[in-house]
Amino acid sequence: MNQTPERPEFTITVYTENQVGLLNRIAIIFSRRKINVASLNTSPTEVDSVHRFTIVIHETEDVVRKLCRQIEKQVEVLKAYYNTEDEIVWQELALYKVSTDAIAEKVKVERLLREFGARAVVIRKDYTVFETTGHREETDGLVKQLEPYGLIEFVRSARVAIIKNSKGFHERLKEFEQLEPGEEVIENEFLDKKDEVFSM
Amino acid sequence: MQKTTASIKESNSITTTGSAAVLDALIVEKADTVFGYPGGAIMPIYDALFDYPEKIRHILVRHEQGAIHAAQGYARVSGKTGVVFATSGPGATNLVTGLADAMIDSTPLVCITGQVYAHLLGTDAFQETDVINITTPVTKWNYQVTNAEEIPSVLARAFYIASSGRPGPVLIDITKNAQLQTFKYNGYRKCEHIRSYRPKPIVRPEYIEQAASIINEAERPFVVFGQGVLLGHAEKELIAFLNKTGIPSASTLLGLSAMNSEHPLNMGMLGMHGNYGPNVLTNECDVLVAIGMRFDDRITGRLDKYARQARIIHLDIDPSEIDKNVKTTVAVWGDCKETLPLLTKLAVEKEHKEWVDKFRSFAKEEHQVCISRELFPDGDTLTMGEVIQTLNELTDGNAVIVTDVGQHQMVTCRYAKFNESRSNITSGGLGTMGFALPAAIGAKFGAPSRTVIAIIGDGGFQMTIQELGTIMQTGINLKILILNNRFLGMVRQWQQLFHDKRYSFVDIASPDYVQVAKGYRIKAGSVEKREDLRNGLRQMLKHEGSFLLEVIVGREDNVFPMVPQGCSVSEIRLK
Repeated sequence: MNQTPERPEFTITVYTENQVGLLNRIAIIFSRRKINVASLNTSPTEVDSVHRFTIVIHETEDVVRKLCRQIEKQVEVLKAYYNTEDEIVWQELALYKVSTDAIAEKVKVERLLREFGARAVVIRKDYTVFETTGHREETDGLVKQLEPYGLIEFVRSARVAIIKNSKGFHERLKEFEQLEPGEEVIENEFLDKKDEVFSM
Repeated sequence: MQKTTASIKESNSITTTGSAAVLDALIVEKADTVFGYPGGAIMPIYDALFDYPEKIRHILVRHEQGAIHAAQGYARVSGKTGVVFATSGPGATNLVTGLADAMIDSTPLVCITGQVYAHLLGTDAFQETDVINITTPVTKWNYQVTNAEEIPSVLARAFYIASSGRPGPVLIDITKNAQLQTFKYNGYRKCEHIRSYRPKPIVRPEYIEQAASIINEAERPFVVFGQGVLLGHAEKELIAFLNKTGIPSASTLLGLSAMNSEHPLNMGMLGMHGNYGPNVLTNECDVLVAIGMRFDDRITGRLDKYARQARIIHLDIDPSEIDKNVKTTVAVWGDCKETLPLLTKLAVEKEHKEWVDKFRSFAKEEHQVCISRELFPDGDTLTMGEVIQTLNELTDGNAVIVTDVGQHQMVTCRYAKFNESRSNITSGGLGTMGFALPAAIGAKFGAPSRTVIAIIGDGGFQMTIQELGTIMQTGINLKILILNNRFLGMVRQWQQLFHDKRYSFVDIASPDYVQVAKGYRIKAGSVEKREDLRNGLRQMLKHEGSFLLEVIVGREDNVFPMVPQGCSVSEIRLK
């Protein structure tokens, strides 16, 4: 489902234990509700042993908040946040395979690549692989431009995102490890901090 | 005989098998009753079990679904965690219905399934099934063990997760090699903390204060409570709160028996077939205090017409329940065992006489139009209501009542009297036909000194009828009451009311239940006439040992009141 004014884009960041089967447990929270996941990335974090999922969906904020609570309810999930686009810094990586001849012969292609800030990863006689990182519109834009010249292959990665307002997970984890959680961890923080808190 | 934790001193370890470690875990967790069924992939555990006849009682069921429903009944009546053993493949998949039922009704279970050898995983081996992925949506937690060294800590986590916070089912899948493997065992230590898991939210005094001030200002407050009160062992705290505030209250299906049926502030049951006053007045109260309940659609009816006029206070232990279906004014997160006393302390002593009288006048009308016909009928055929009414008179409301799903369930839950907590066991959220017979078996093991009565329709009884074999073999004293209307009654009722009486495949034939029971060496009787009812029930209750009583009731009786689907609770129909 694409972004609409009623269903804007949200990026969900989930901190978890590194556990086999957890990906499925999180994925079915979306599929059970017939919600399409636009992008999903799993990654290590700044903390050893803590894993991070970055999930992009298009839904109403009310639905996204409920989804985050369902995610956080999973035993091996430490914390789930959701953010709008202006609250995060994000990138996606894309690879493009084009014929080397086409680049060598057609100056325009080279110019396009320069304009889009592409980098050659591999150059072979028969083909060249370029890479760009950026926002969706940028990678999509380059695909459109390359198509007339014979784009052999294209692939784009999931989104990775950093929350602008986050102080990372080192300190938070200490709180989770305590038997009695401190103010930061308790789930009802959003009620009294409201605007300041970037999570649920 | 294997050594147990008690005999392992600090820093000393013994060499033991994975299977023995599983059983040692059960002993330390005081899980002395296991419901199960053996099979190839769980044979090492069953082999070890052979050495523990005094410490662990194993109930051999006739089908794994029977095992898990029995464990549910056991857990619901006792408050302890139910334990199930099943083998891989079909043994494990037969647990799925029970897992889903326990998940939606928050029942603490630890299910241990055997699995093929680790090196065979993913090879389509004999009786191999991906039980972890099949059960992920219907378990609070699940985990596959492939190495025996993990067994003590994984089982400790399993018992901790199943029973803490909002309880739920946990499934541990153990490969056969891990069961057979010997390893250095340091003893079993209970789990008390998992860093990624917060069973209870911290109670925040400011929200208690906000809730109390709203309650104190209220003119027409109404309390709706659910199973959370039972799960939190907060029955006394609820009564103290109600007695002080004078607020009329009603129960969800699963909250029944948390409060004595005769308490003057108990206005009855909510929901689609609940009582008239509680449903109508939900849409007239000015403050709705929801305690340990989740606003299921069978409670709320049409959501956009549910209590729109009221300010909503929601007490729940599960943060994901807040605002899920009904938007709250104040959320009081926490265990109601802790939050209710704090609320009571700040609440002003009050009486809401006029408001309570309003409930009573609705009750009176319900009685005239609906209840009197059901409990004291003058027609030729018996009604389900009069059976329950007569049973109430004979048990004084002291029995554990286990119901299946359908018309008999709604009638029983409407009219059965409950004096004691944890006396109502029924499949609520999932609506699992076939639940009652095995659940009642488990309930009897969980509360051996109490009278346990399974009340079942002719449809549901035939779904798990094989568990009569378990009753026969264990020799327990269980009362089975079949309310036979020779129809799948609830579906028929809906077909009558909403599908122009097109009775599509609801005409279900029954075997001769008395003969069936006889085959299982269970005493039985059948009653069709009003004059025989009381004696029949008395004989059932008095008999030393299990007894099956079939009561033939009116074929096309309907359950009323009823909130038709898609209607508001205040549009409840009395006939």
